[in-house]
Amino acid sequence: MIYIKQGLRKFFAGFALSVFFASAQAGEVNVAVAANFATTLEKLTKIFEAESGHKVLISSGSTGKLYAQIKLGAPFDVMLAADSERPQRMEAENLAVAGSRFTYATGRLVLWSVQPDKVDKEGRVLSQDTYRHLAIGNPKTAPYGTAARQVLEKMGLWEKIQPRLVQGEDIGQAFQFVVTGNAELGFVSLAQVKSAESKYPGSYWLVPDTFYQPITQQAVLLDRGRNNDAAIAFLGFLKGKPAQAVIESFGYK
Amino acid sequence: MFIESADLGPLWLTLRLASVTTILLLIVGTPLAWWLARTNCRFKVVIEAVVALPLILPPTVLGFYLLIALGPNGPIGAFWQNVGGTPLVFSFTGLVIGSAIYSLPFVVQPLQSAFDSLGNGVLEAAASLRAGPIDRFFSVVLPLTRPGFLTAITLGFAHTVGEFGVVLMIGGNIPNKTKVISIAIFDHVEAIEYPQAHLLAGILLVFAFVVLLAVYAVNKHYRLART
Repeated sequence: MIYIKQGLRKFFAGFALSVFFASAQAGEVNVAVAANFATTLEKLTKIFEAESGHKVLISSGSTGKLYAQIKLGAPFDVMLAADSERPQRMEAENLAVAGSRFTYATGRLVLWSVQPDKVDKEGRVLSQDTYRHLAIGNPKTAPYGTAARQVLEKMGLWEKIQPRLVQGEDIGQAFQFVVTGNAELGFVSLAQVKSAESKYPGSYWLVPDTFYQPITQQAVLLDRGRNNDAAIAFLGFLKGKPAQAVIESFGYK
Repeated sequence: MFIESADLGPLWLTLRLASVTTILLLIVGTPLAWWLARTNCRFKVVIEAVVALPLILPPTVLGFYLLIALGPNGPIGAFWQNVGGTPLVFSFTGLVIGSAIYSLPFVVQPLQSAFDSLGNGVLEAAASLRAGPIDRFFSVVLPLTRPGFLTAITLGFAHTVGEFGVVLMIGGNIPNKTKVISIAIFDHVEAIEYPQAHLLAGILLVFAFVVLLAVYAVNKHYRLART
């Protein structure tokens, strides 16, 4: 028995040491990301990992959900939100490192359909009776859902459209409703449409930015990542020109 | 603490969904369970395995395939739309179909074991008294397997009340149509509205406990009555 115990102790000591050394060489950063930015982030992550040797682990969801999880101590080092409001709040609540907040992308909202010619260039289709379902993100928790609501209100359609509205948890789910053909129309991000373009050409209306409050997507270093070199390096990379060029190519401003 | 009027909708919808689903499952599940209990067919084990699938499949798997199958381009959805004109996804009917698949084993399995334990003697006796098949079912089988039916009804109902993943995938969160109580709780938690989430979650917790208590009490009562 004693031999086994010693053996186990040696094993665990060795294991702990190897974990320690591995982390000293190459770090790990846990990133919470808004659903709309997930695809873009995957591309960015590949470049960053190849350059730095650090590893990036991605969790995506609606900004509101991620914020609630972080408040409850979710183990993330960096948050890439789809708005500026929640990163601001996180700074004020000491969940994030003060002064680490910056805008990494400005989102653009589109009205999208997988059917070609379904959506015209002024969004007139919204006030016609040619569709049954319009998918949006949850306006309470997903900033693109909030923007979609503002657009519909500005067009005077919000009340009228209620029976046709289907709500995804985030715009990732709204996108999925449109892709599967269950909703003829959906408010999603330009980035999502662009990355799906080769498979689902469809049709879209790029909503003018006067129709909704700017979707300023901000990043913050979370309190847990305060001393994490990989997290700090990742945010530095995100601010840099090469990363910004990739972000723009995905349909952000 | 009072329940918000916006939360009464999901509560009522959930009860309606669970009732309709349970009735549908009794109609479909009773003959199926009867067949499984009586047959010597080689494929019985295959059907049994299919019936039990929802027990181990993640609801997201069911939801994902339902989203495709019930959608306008899917086999079931396309057929339905041709016949009835309205899509199944994002509708109450769609949720009933999803819930029926999801809760199927909870109704079929208790019924099957009740029919299994019935034995041939009583049925043969009834047949020798010239009772027809339907008469035999209602005046012999039904009274003798009542505990099995009660278990099937309560478990089928309660399991549908607790459904979440399938509705999240195919529901679309539409008030009074697909926004059930579990989705309403999820929304409240996401929006950090904890008091409302507590209230709804508390109602479900008490409900689930009472249901299980009733099932166990009824089963104990019948077991004692038989011995």
